[in-house]
Amino acid sequence: MLRLDCLRAIYPELENCLVVTIMGATAAELHSLGHRPNFFYLQHAMGLASSTGLGLSLCLPDQKVVVFDGDGSLLMNLGSLSTMARYRPKNLVHVVFDNESLLSVGGFPTATSTGTDLEGIARAAGIPTVLTVRAVEDFRAAAKRALEGTQLTTIIAKVEARGPAGYVTDLSLVENRFQFRRYIQSLKRQ
Amino acid sequence: MPVSLTSSKVIFNALKQCDIRLLSALPETWLVHLIRMAEEDPEVTLVRLAKEEEGVGISAGAHFAGVKSAMLMQNHGFLASINGIVSFAHLYKIPLLMLISYRGTFGERDPWQTQGGNVTEALLRGMGIPYSFLDEIKTVERRIRHAQTLAESSLQPVTLLLTRNLMWEE
Repeated sequence: MLRLDCLRAIYPELENCLVVTIMGATAAELHSLGHRPNFFYLQHAMGLASSTGLGLSLCLPDQKVVVFDGDGSLLMNLGSLSTMARYRPKNLVHVVFDNESLLSVGGFPTATSTGTDLEGIARAAGIPTVLTVRAVEDFRAAAKRALEGTQLTTIIAKVEARGPAGYVTDLSLVENRFQFRRYIQSLKRQ
Repeated sequence: MPVSLTSSKVIFNALKQCDIRLLSALPETWLVHLIRMAEEDPEVTLVRLAKEEEGVGISAGAHFAGVKSAMLMQNHGFLASINGIVSFAHLYKIPLLMLISYRGTFGERDPWQTQGGNVTEALLRGMGIPYSFLDEIKTVERRIRHAQTLAESSLQPVTLLLTRNLMWEE
């Protein structure tokens, strides 16, 4: 299963969500499918995409929030699982693309390649719904169910360690940030 | 425990007057009253963290959502947050109001706090983070308001160091 195919499968459903991605391949691939003002790419600060999603979902309880996390990023901030589980916002969907690799910095294997079980960690942290998927159709179904549901969900999507040729997009980081905030403020005025 | 309840109340009320509605925190002795007040106040969302750096992401999310927030932490928590501050708040121009208890300075009895005290201000200066002190009750409200104003206008982290003089009644 390729992360790009997963993103493509769920892309139509993201139109009305607030989306936060991690850096590198995940950001570049979502961007390549077509940037939207409701997408925020956290191009550094590894580990904090899930924390950002938590902040958004607690402050905007009527808005669906999707975080596209990765194994390397989540392993840097495992405590985030316990904090998310503590507040368990009903409007937060946490997707972890687990390619068992720090792909964007040269493909070094992460601990999930040697047996660390992110599904087990997330469940033990107290995330109410946790599942692992290995096929695009299963990913699409799980993500749709989580988006339509009312329970904090972590989806571990096992993907191949393959990504785009480059990671730099034509969207400046600061432009992305202002556009994202402006988008959210425009929702409030509607 | 001689943590000043009076000073904690003044700080908490000043934060609320600045429309701060989300506080992230990791408990430390000087912050116990502030955290309890945040927990008991229905107008404030308290997010108890596992590690202080998470608070940078949570405050960024709150900022995107249009909610004003502040981070409560010890200076060692600030040390643990530095990459988040640089690689998120500075990189993306996120306003952060950081209230940091300034442990390990004159009067410190806990040996384990003393190294953090040595490096806190040097790091704040090195990172280009504007900072000031909360050291007496009569200037707390105004200084918090000014720090919040600067964070919002400059879109960057601003720090207030909570001193022993204000927080500890002994």
